[in-house]
Amino acid sequence: MLDQYLGVIITFGFAAVIVGIMCGASMILGVHHPGPVKQQVFECGNPPTGPARGRFSVRFYLVAILFIVFDVEVVFLYPWAIVFRRLGVPGLVEMVVFIGVLAAGLAYVWKKGALAWD
Amino acid sequence: MGSVTFFLLATALVVSALTVVVHPNPVKSAMALVATLFLLAVEFVFLGAHMIAALQVIVYAGAIMVLFLFVIMLLNLSDEEAEARRRGRALFRIGAWIGGGVLAAELAALFLRVPFPAPAAPPAGYGGAESVATALFVDYALPFELTSILLLIAVIGTVVLAQRRAS
Amino acid sequence: MWADAAIAAVKSLVMLLLALNLTVLLLWVERKGSALIQDRIGANRANIFGGILPFNLGIVNTLIADPIKMFTKEDVIPAGADKLLHFFGPFLAVFPVLVTFAAVPFGDVLVIGGREINLQVAELNVGILYVLAMSGLSVYGVVLGGWATNSRWSLLGAIRGSAQMISYEIAMGLGLIGAILVFGTLDLQAIARAQGATIWGVIPAWGIIYQPLGFLIFLVAGIAETKRVPFDLPEGESELTSGYFTEYSGSKQATYMMSDFAEIVVVSALATTLFFGAWQVPYLARDGFHFPGGFALALPQVVVVVMQVASFVLKVLILCCFQILVRWSLPRYRYDQLMDLGWKTLLPLALANVLITAIVIVLAG
Repeated sequence: MLDQYLGVIITFGFAAVIVGIMCGASMILGVHHPGPVKQQVFECGNPPTGPARGRFSVRFYLVAILFIVFDVEVVFLYPWAIVFRRLGVPGLVEMVVFIGVLAAGLAYVWKKGALAWD
Repeated sequence: MGSVTFFLLATALVVSALTVVVHPNPVKSAMALVATLFLLAVEFVFLGAHMIAALQVIVYAGAIMVLFLFVIMLLNLSDEEAEARRRGRALFRIGAWIGGGVLAAELAALFLRVPFPAPAAPPAGYGGAESVATALFVDYALPFELTSILLLIAVIGTVVLAQRRAS
Repeated sequence: MWADAAIAAVKSLVMLLLALNLTVLLLWVERKGSALIQDRIGANRANIFGGILPFNLGIVNTLIADPIKMFTKEDVIPAGADKLLHFFGPFLAVFPVLVTFAAVPFGDVLVIGGREINLQVAELNVGILYVLAMSGLSVYGVVLGGWATNSRWSLLGAIRGSAQMISYEIAMGLGLIGAILVFGTLDLQAIARAQGATIWGVIPAWGIIYQPLGFLIFLVAGIAETKRVPFDLPEGESELTSGYFTEYSGSKQATYMMSDFAEIVVVSALATTLFFGAWQVPYLARDGFHFPGGFALALPQVVVVVMQVASFVLKVLILCCFQILVRWSLPRYRYDQLMDLGWKTLLPLALANVLITAIVIVLAG
């Protein structure tokens, strides 16, 4: 049963080593001359002002929630797509209702202007 | 071999779960939670539930945790603010430790006293995509349809809350 | 057990080296290709074939000199940065993308000494979901890279980037549903084999024939996932200097750059597998060619396998080059246009595509 995952585990190992070497190469091979100016964050030449981690628009948060809702919808579609031929017309009706309800949700969000970026 | 890998995985799982709770940095906590959810998916693979494992990673590790990180970044509590919120909560801390201790003791007692029977062999195709699909679209068709209503409510609730803030 | 592990390790190495080499090759295609498009010479400093060839290919530059330069540069970490997360940013941008190749088949079966070797690192019955789940995790590379460095350009780039990636992930997943409906499985090798059939005995039954719209949606969403022009707002060098990897240097920055190209390869590999017949060569079966009209040409098994692998690599390469062509041809979207395209165009289109495909399948019986 786990045989099919043997390749996945091995690939994880190889990939971790390769990417680890790629990320760490400069730490080992590169020179190290840290300085206060060099270690300043880049802000187009001026010394940085104020805290960098400011708060940002609520719209991004909205996008994240909508993403979860529609991601869950897509997740339901995968198993449905596999057995669709066996389900036939009842399966189609089930999914039309399901997608219909969520399409109504999308229409609501659209209408309310939650998808509009100004 | 199976039990050795299981205990290795379970140890990693518990360690990452504890990191979620005790780490002071919220972003690192969240990343530890991603690791926890991923390791949980690996445990599902061990149970033969391949479909659930993949969906676990897609929905929990890939979608819900992104929202968690967004919320952490949206609030962006500075260290001073976070420290101010933490102060004067000694009573809560003691309560949390007691509550956690009681739960841990209960779990330990459960593990020591209740015998665990050897699991029966799962039926062929168990946990695969087909069996999940059949259960979902034939046996539990109505709950599945109701899920869409639940998701719709989530969408509407989000928009209402966000718009009230905006205006 | 150990023989299986050894075979799996060899397959895994072959696939990863294939992916990495394609990625590095793409860097060269990008340099020289963009120069060709913009009527420049392009990378031309280090050169060893200069005396032999009438023009400078710049291969030494991109394949040898640049990596050495990048890997030996200083690793500058800003003062307020979190060192651990600073490392995990680029790591998580590339690692999840590389491991997706474990589920992608690059050929049919190879028979060596009576042992049938499936040319796919891991035969997963949930292959497509595995690829989508893993590539979905690469969003953490963007978020962490932006957050760890304590720089506002990085953070803005990270927020933009992650919002863009998750927005297009839905369209990407939905674009594939149509193809899954047609083939009725999530196993990528099974999908590849199903495309060996022909329609009316002449047209190869590739996914693109059944799912032209699905392919288009998948490709556009895939290009958006790679965060390159015309969807390069997370980097947007005119506004954010470099976006989420502004504060990265040396090999970590090279890793971030590589993540874009690795994603291009993944998108191309997945599109090839689902829509362009994977490793199939038209009319080529395991024992040789069977052309329509009854003409057959028997071939040794090794030749067939080599042709299949070459066909897979060639198709992936063509799709990669197409994406680079797109990158150098189109101007950048505005952020509202980007979000509109994802949520108001691709998402409804993809939903419609799913329903239409389902109705057609029911009508066709």
